[in-house]
Parts: sequence; C-alpha cells; structure tokens
Amino acid sequence: MTVLQIAALSGVALAAGGVVVTSDPLSQTLVLGVFGMSLTMLFFVFQAPDVALSEIVVSTVGLPVMILLALRKVHEQRREGEQEEPD
Amino acid sequence: MSRTVRLSLFALAAAGFGLVLVLGFADLPAFGHYHGVYGQILDGVGVTLRHATDLVTALNFDIRGFDTVGEEFILFASVLGIMLILRGLREEHQEPSQHAADEHMFAGASEALRAFALVLIPLLLTVGVYIVVHGQITPGGGFQGGVVLGAGPLGIFLTGRYLRMKVVTPRPAMELADALGAGGYALIGLGGLIFSGVFFKNFLPLGIPGHLLSAGHMDIASVAVGLEVSGAFLIAWSEFMDQAILVRGDQRE
Repeated sequence: MTVLQIAALSGVALAAGGVVVTSDPLSQTLVLGVFGMSLTMLFFVFQAPDVALSEIVVSTVGLPVMILLALRKVHEQRREGEQEEPD
Repeated sequence: MSRTVRLSLFALAAAGFGLVLVLGFADLPAFGHYHGVYGQILDGVGVTLRHATDLVTALNFDIRGFDTVGEEFILFASVLGIMLILRGLREEHQEPSQHAADEHMFAGASEALRAFALVLIPLLLTVGVYIVVHGQITPGGGFQGGVVLGAGPLGIFLTGRYLRMKVVTPRPAMELADALGAGGYALIGLGGLIFSGVFFKNFLPLGIPGHLLSAGHMDIASVAVGLEVSGAFLIAWSEFMDQAILVRGDQRE
C-alpha cells in the first residue's frame, strides 16, 4: 500500500468521524461534503476514476442541495409554529 | 437508559464489530492482486471485443447492460415517489405573488456570485455533454454526465432567480427527458434482442477504439442514461425547491 492510499484511507476515517460528531444539521451538511470529497480521493487513489466521478457529482451537487432545501423548509415551519403560539 | 449503560453497550458492540471486521479483512487479497477469473477475462476483452477503452462503461452499458436497466428504474421510481409525496395538498397553496418570491428570494446573491454563475452554467453544460458522449472512451458516462448536466440549470438558482430556473427547465420537458431516457435505454436492449437475438447484445458497428463514435450502442445508451439522470435530478431538485420556497401551509387565521 502506498503513502497516498494510507493518507486517503485515514482522511475518510477522519471525515466520517467528523460527520458523526457534528451536531448542528447545517454544519453537518458541509462536513458531509468534505467526507464526500475524501471518499472521492480514496476512489481515485485506488484507481477507480468512474466511481470517483459518481461520488463527486452525488456528494457535491446531488445530495447537499436536497438536504439544504429540506433544512430550510423545516426551519421555516418551526418559525411559523413559534409565531402562532403566543396568540 | 443512562449514559454509562449506553456507553458500555456501545463499547461491547464496537469491540464485536471490530473483531468481525479484522477477521473478515485478514484474508482479503492485497490491493492489486485480484484473482477472480470473470474480472480478468473482462479485462482482456473490453478493447478487443467491444472497442471500448473504458471497461467500466463497457460493463455498465453492454456486458452487464441488463443490470443498468434495474438501476435506471430505481432512480425513475424514486423520482416518481418524490413527485407523489410532495404533490400539492388541499391545505397548501403556492405563494400568491410569484413575482415577489422571485425578487426577494436569495437577495444575498452578490454581483460576484451572479457573474460566477454566468461563467459556471455554460462550463457545467459543456463538461456534462463531454462526460456523457465520451463514456466509452474515458471514465464517466451517462450517470455522472447527467448529474453535471442537471447542475447547469441549478446555477440559475445561484443567481437568486429561482423562478427563472423553472422557465429554463419546464417540468413537462424534464419529465419527457426522464421518461424518454429510461424508455430509450430499455429500447436499446430490445434492439439487441431484435437484431442480434440477445437482450442488450451490441448490434451497432463497433468502430475504431478511442473514437467518439465507437463501441456500438454504448454511446446511445450513455446519452439515454444522461437524459434520464439529468431530468430525474432536475425534477427532484425543483420539487424540493417548490417545497422550500413556494409552498406554504394554509394561513387562514
């Protein structure tokens, strides 16, 4: 195993731990992006460019957009709920 | 359950999981020492029999083309599910003034971000088309290129003009792309059945390896998948955006 591969594997382990440890969903989405990037590097150094390309499009474009929009919707509903309560 | 009980339960589970993982990985062949016969045969025939220099695409769209039909319809069905669950409900209504929503949406988009999006959109579209049509030559193919293609119109959202994005990517056109791509891919398989006698057998001229139009039906299959994926992702994103930006619960009080 080369140094690059060991570095990529440890990067994935670190970023995955980071996703679990982050508690705020909004920052978790960003850490998830970093995790996706580290996974992309892993696939790339293990000579699977096709998989790396799939991972990069899903983790940088596909997933975050959906999570961020869902978070916005949840946040809005919570705010509307708080506004209604005092009345 | 108290914190100590949970932690000790976790320690027990983690130790067991770790043990199984170490035992399982111990006997794996080292990286680069693959011994499967099927894979080694495929490695040899990709260029000679299929004229495709990217073996992964040859596998996806030709040798195991039937598997990709299933994968395609997984995406197709999930997007149908999103449309069904996020359909307009009776007590919901869309923001009355679409113009107002257009203007105040994402007001924080700076001039720099808008200019950047202008550069980004054609770049994404070009890269997307490139990845889709070069699937059989270089890494990539219909799925990866399709998501990049779909991300192009998403750049309009970055400029703060969500409703303009809806103008550029009208829903009926996206649904048509999704359906045509999914159906077209299955039809390519039928073409193999009709012209070669086997479902998904390559029935088009193979051409010269490394050329744009080579490897038989893989190019067309890649374009079909690209259409389907870009349509599917744009439908999913716009459903989510409708929910986040336009749809409101009933506010009668």
